[in-house]
Amino acid sequence: MSAVPATIGTSDPPGAPRARMMLARARWASGAFARYDTGRTRRVVDAVAEVAYQNAERFAIAAVEETGMGVAEHKQRKNEACSRGIVERYAVEDYVEPRIDAAAKIVSVPKPAGVVLALTPSTNPISTVNFKVLLALMTRNAVVVSPHPLARRTSVEAVRALSAAAVAAGAPDGCLQIVEEPTIPLIEALMGDPRVDVIVATGGTAVVRAAYRSGNPSLGVGPGNVPALVDASADVAKAAACLADSKAFDNSILCTNESVAIVEERVADALSRELERRGAHVVGEDDAQRIRGALYPDGRINTVLAGKDAAALAAASGIKVPAGTRVLVAPFPLVVPEEPLALEKLFPLLGLVRVPDAARGIDAARALLRIGGGGHSAVIHSRDPRTILAYGTALGVLRIAVNAPGSTGSAGLDTNLAPSMTIGTGFFGRSSLTENLEPRHLTQWTRLAYDSDAAEPFGDFAGLDPWSARPEPVPVAAPAPSEAGAVTRDELRRMILDELRELVER
Amino acid sequence: MYDYGLFSFDSKADFLRRSEQFWNPDKTRFWQDAGVDLVIDRRDGYLFWDMAGRRLIDLHLNGGTYNLGHRNPELIAVLEQAMGRFDIGNHHFPALARTALAEALVATCSPNMRRVVYGSGGGEATDIAIKTARHTRQRRKIVSIRKGYHGHTGLAVATGDDRFSTLFLSDRPDEFVQVPFNDLAAMEDALRGGDVAGVVIETIPATYGFPLPEPGYLQAVKRLCERHGALYIADEVQTGLMRTGEMWGIAKAGIEPDIMIVGKGITGGMYPIACTVVSEECSAWLKEDGFGHISTGGGAELGCIVALKVLEICGRPEVRSMVHYIADRFRGGLRAIQELYPEWLVGIRQDGVVMGLEFDHPQGAKLVMRRLYENGVWAIFSTLDPRVLQFKPGILLEPDLVEEILDRTAVAIGQALADAPREAALR
Repeated sequence: MSAVPATIGTSDPPGAPRARMMLARARWASGAFARYDTGRTRRVVDAVAEVAYQNAERFAIAAVEETGMGVAEHKQRKNEACSRGIVERYAVEDYVEPRIDAAAKIVSVPKPAGVVLALTPSTNPISTVNFKVLLALMTRNAVVVSPHPLARRTSVEAVRALSAAAVAAGAPDGCLQIVEEPTIPLIEALMGDPRVDVIVATGGTAVVRAAYRSGNPSLGVGPGNVPALVDASADVAKAAACLADSKAFDNSILCTNESVAIVEERVADALSRELERRGAHVVGEDDAQRIRGALYPDGRINTVLAGKDAAALAAASGIKVPAGTRVLVAPFPLVVPEEPLALEKLFPLLGLVRVPDAARGIDAARALLRIGGGGHSAVIHSRDPRTILAYGTALGVLRIAVNAPGSTGSAGLDTNLAPSMTIGTGFFGRSSLTENLEPRHLTQWTRLAYDSDAAEPFGDFAGLDPWSARPEPVPVAAPAPSEAGAVTRDELRRMILDELRELVER
Repeated sequence: MYDYGLFSFDSKADFLRRSEQFWNPDKTRFWQDAGVDLVIDRRDGYLFWDMAGRRLIDLHLNGGTYNLGHRNPELIAVLEQAMGRFDIGNHHFPALARTALAEALVATCSPNMRRVVYGSGGGEATDIAIKTARHTRQRRKIVSIRKGYHGHTGLAVATGDDRFSTLFLSDRPDEFVQVPFNDLAAMEDALRGGDVAGVVIETIPATYGFPLPEPGYLQAVKRLCERHGALYIADEVQTGLMRTGEMWGIAKAGIEPDIMIVGKGITGGMYPIACTVVSEECSAWLKEDGFGHISTGGGAELGCIVALKVLEICGRPEVRSMVHYIADRFRGGLRAIQELYPEWLVGIRQDGVVMGLEFDHPQGAKLVMRRLYENGVWAIFSTLDPRVLQFKPGILLEPDLVEEILDRTAVAIGQALADAPREAALR
């Protein structure tokens, strides 16, 4: 670490000096946080999760209003899953206490990464904020959130609420901050700052590539382009239900949503009928052409329509659809790079390709992944383990939802994968993260390894706790007059106490 | 050969010789004799390098001038930008940057503060304060603290230690009364006559080694001032700008001064100015004869622009948070060192990052200063109490450098303890 504050001179983009100062503050906070014991850490995490849960609906609505993307009700579900849900999921895990392996004569001491720079997207703004913040706090990291500019306002409000809750619950001052005026040059400057210990980047390819270029360790994720194979053995009704629900979920804004259904010829008609029964509308060739033009002008996804509902897509394409249509399904003949319908979908449009058999289906799925979405996710509907395994073996993706919806399945909401808003695309997808992001990815372990020679006795570490349970070792600065937000610390403390009381009485 | 463009020196020895010859023989000599052969060359953040290349961490900061670090990049940027349009301005006319800074500065002070008068340095700002108090109260007497320090200009020097006033026949004991610090009875005696215009007092006397005011002392002085018709002049040169964890040390004490003196750190060592902030009552002369105090370089507009940035930086919540972390880390670290040498490091005076380390030896701080210097840290003894080392870390320090400072300090304090008996034997 350089001893010199804000070493970058006049070429620094506007806002950078202040933002670097946030990182410096975060470094102080992370130093204090790294000494917390389990109890103190848990109190912070629980308080923050609770506030995130209580605000799930409010910020879901605000995010849809601000970004114009997605469905508030579905965002609420994600926000909730990424609050209490995340805490419950990892309740049994321990990222604080040293582990003693007497047989191996190794003591492992968990250490936080330090300062996490969390880039959050416009598509799932609050669930990703909640998710990354909780993961960081569980592992005693300080976190600086850099929100997508399109979701800035809501993200700032959310982080302020979480930050106040954290500090009120005893977290070190400054352990959770947000860049309030993010711009691309500013984010790039921060990503390269030596005060950052790890970048967790969710967003477009450009920002993820920039994170990896920054010279700082990064956990970045790539885009998806999800093939969904439906073979002849599948429960067609269930497959259709999963596909329709998944595509309608938050208007397909999760990157785990299905792009193209690859359907064995024998069940294709049946699947189409089942899809139509569940609010999907299968379009004809002319309308498919109109959709190509409107949703993929110049052969690229029209991001203005990202997260919009089916009615909006139909209107933009100038096609008529039955009332209540949730999903548009556009059949096309062949998965090739020049086919717009084979590109990533961030809206409730599903491509549909018929294949003569499962083997050809696997080929089509591979073709889709050559176009985009390497390392990300796939879906299969099948009751034949041989096909399922062949699919999993052949595809360069790192998670496949089996007989489950892609959106919520690969994100761990409807499968037993780690529930995550950050889907590692691995080396296939030019990422260092191969799994769904979990708290352990933000922890590192110092290993005290004894001489393996039996003559060297292993020490007795039982009952030793390296961390501090002292209630107030962290200096708490009184907030500056200008810092007084909508909710004061006292109000918040009261709020949290009220909520805890409710929980107890329930 | 040391080539600095417009000037050059053959060697450090050549430079020091010429420094004695053309600049200040005694001062040049003094540091060589004190074992501190420092000639500051390159500077960056809280570090600077001796011309021979040695790296030092700055814990002197010229009394808080480099509170935000040497050559702070934000200040450089704002000064460079300002030079595209401004210079020091004209001292007779309403001036854009002076007014803007005055408004911003007043906004950070207690609500009774109204206007700003500008000087070019802290001494002049003190002179302005004294002149203002005299005009306001139509009394001539000024009370100050013995071993207090407010600069070396005509009036300010008379408030300070004899050493600097008698040298120039500038002591005026009839008009300038000095009382011991933390002595309320003496203060009351000095004020009782009802002929004192103002009491000028550093919130924590710096050059005296930062003895902390006893709880209630400053507040009682303020009450005595009110009772006896004297004005309270707060010298915030070393305790302002977040150094105590609040923007102004005097505000932390809950006192609304009548006049406040601001200097040094207000321009971060980039373009010096100083400020005297005054209440409505003390603004009278500014309405009666605004040309009453004239200073060509006072409130130079370039300096005002830098100062605006300094105030903005100091007001950030991040800075407030960091000062508390830094102070807390030093508190813990210095306590641990004290546990090693409890009979040597006998006192730790601390308010935020304003610190004085008290050693059990009449010249203890000089011994520690020399050892610190050898160990790569520059901190200065207190001129008016050489037992006490002024220990003044910056408010933007980061954890790694603070740890390094504490490591070096622990070693140096131990070494200086070993020096102490030898020093005593020599005396």
